[in-house]
Amino acid sequence: MRNAWTIAKREFNHYFVSPVAYAVAFTLFLVLGIIFNFNVATSTIGFFGGPPQVTQWVFGPFVTLMLFLTPGLTMRLLAEEQRTGTLELLLTAPIKEWELVTGKWLAAVAFMCVILFISAIYFVIGNAITDPGLDWGVVGSAYLGFLLLVAALMAIGVFTSSLFANQIAAFFATFAISLGLWLVGLFAPQGETGIFAEVVRYLDISGHYYDNFIRGVLDLSSTVYFVSVTVLFLFLATRVVESRRWR
Amino acid sequence: MIQVEDLTKRYGARTAIDRLTFHANKGEIVGFLGPNGAGKTTTMRILTGFMPPSEGSGRVAGFDLLTESLEVRKRVGYLPESVPLYPEMTVVQYLDFMAELRQIPNRADRVDEVMEMVRIDDRAESYIGNLSKGLRQRVGLAQALLHKPEVLIMDEPMDGLDPQQQKEVKALIREIGKEQTVMLSTHILAHAQELCNRVIIIAGGRIVAEDTPERLSTQIAGGGRIHLQVDGDSDGLVEALRAISGVVDVRRVASDRFEIETAPGTDGRAKIAHAVVTGGWRLLELHRDKASLEEIFLELTKDEKDAQASVALPKKSNQRST
Repeated sequence: MRNAWTIAKREFNHYFVSPVAYAVAFTLFLVLGIIFNFNVATSTIGFFGGPPQVTQWVFGPFVTLMLFLTPGLTMRLLAEEQRTGTLELLLTAPIKEWELVTGKWLAAVAFMCVILFISAIYFVIGNAITDPGLDWGVVGSAYLGFLLLVAALMAIGVFTSSLFANQIAAFFATFAISLGLWLVGLFAPQGETGIFAEVVRYLDISGHYYDNFIRGVLDLSSTVYFVSVTVLFLFLATRVVESRRWR
Repeated sequence: MIQVEDLTKRYGARTAIDRLTFHANKGEIVGFLGPNGAGKTTTMRILTGFMPPSEGSGRVAGFDLLTESLEVRKRVGYLPESVPLYPEMTVVQYLDFMAELRQIPNRADRVDEVMEMVRIDDRAESYIGNLSKGLRQRVGLAQALLHKPEVLIMDEPMDGLDPQQQKEVKALIREIGKEQTVMLSTHILAHAQELCNRVIIIAGGRIVAEDTPERLSTQIAGGGRIHLQVDGDSDGLVEALRAISGVVDVRRVASDRFEIETAPGTDGRAKIAHAVVTGGWRLLELHRDKASLEEIFLELTKDEKDAQASVALPKKSNQRST
């Protein structure tokens, strides 16, 4: 575990010496800011009616953006090590494959925590301009769910990055798997019942977030879902790295 | 320290190394010599625990390569051929990272120590991406030495260095080789001849020769070739030389220069000198060629190439041998 921490620290620092972190943060806060601003403006003139949904304003677009930004944040994690050959040095050091994979994933999640910390500004503003203020329980639930969701997406990203020595290939593979999980719910339209619809609905990564956490519902089965996806893809990534030795 | 038996590695249908058996003792510098694609890097990757062999077994620093890979990796220092490093890190950041991965106590002190050893301390704060090839090589070497490895494995450590840097690296390797086991690969024979206690020549994935550089020289060269130069008149000298026992052939290279081939295992120099002087010729120069490792290398790996050629062009090869 100590080695995973060492790997994570190096990788986390790398985000800030590369332009990637700033590009991601710029994209995120530019888009979130525009949407937030629009929502504040329209709600003050009572355009849509109803109480302001600050949590939805922020996390609605945030989650969608993460579909595009996660692959960008994870694509280089293992692909770059393979391309430059530094993986050879890491794998001849006394560290285990799971420590390497977990460390990489941890760095990406830690980076997102920084972004999330900055995003709190929207809720501070939202709390100041609404009456009687925000329901902090809902906000907390949305944050927790978001973190779980992003952790799962990051695990998918680490997995695809382990498959390729090419970052672009890793980007699109992550994007494809994430988007596939995102859209799989379309196969089970509202009102459809039966085991197939149940399974498909459970696989739908967006439903777990939009139906539960963002509304303030801490759902155990959704939590299990996100953790399972994370563990599964980290496990697969570990196996892929191990298999490099056997090729 | 290193002991491997019947090490075989196959990549699909291609056999990269084929039943290699060799050893290296403590305090020994073993050179791994061979043309490109002979299987040197594959062997080193197996020894460092980067990948397991398809068949065969081995022990490095007292631990089994297959079942105790983690323990092996703790005790082996490795300098890969391309010297992969993180260009966006400074030298000291990088070494600190590797030291942390290897869980070295008093990291900062040890990092300073190895930077001094490889003389990179004046560039400690430079980004690795801005370093020259020679300096990067030293950073790679520093990384390999961090944990005071019992076995140091270096893939082409002299590659891309200028003569001055090569001299420094050689001195460093000699120093390390006194206490630890060093195994290095090279395709430059002079380096192996100069540095190594023992040379393993590998071609086509097989060991074709293994001995000290000196013994390899005499073994292949046999009696060797003697160069002779006399002053002035040399009439009748060829015949006189041919009469000496042990002399196989005499060639006149120039009017006053001769090349004499002697039978394996004999040193005909004393007899030749005597014959020249007693015959009334004036002896200017007499010396014996020692076959350089280069010649041995070409000689030994030639069979391999011939074998390959005979697969591709059986007729031509047959004609040549008849």
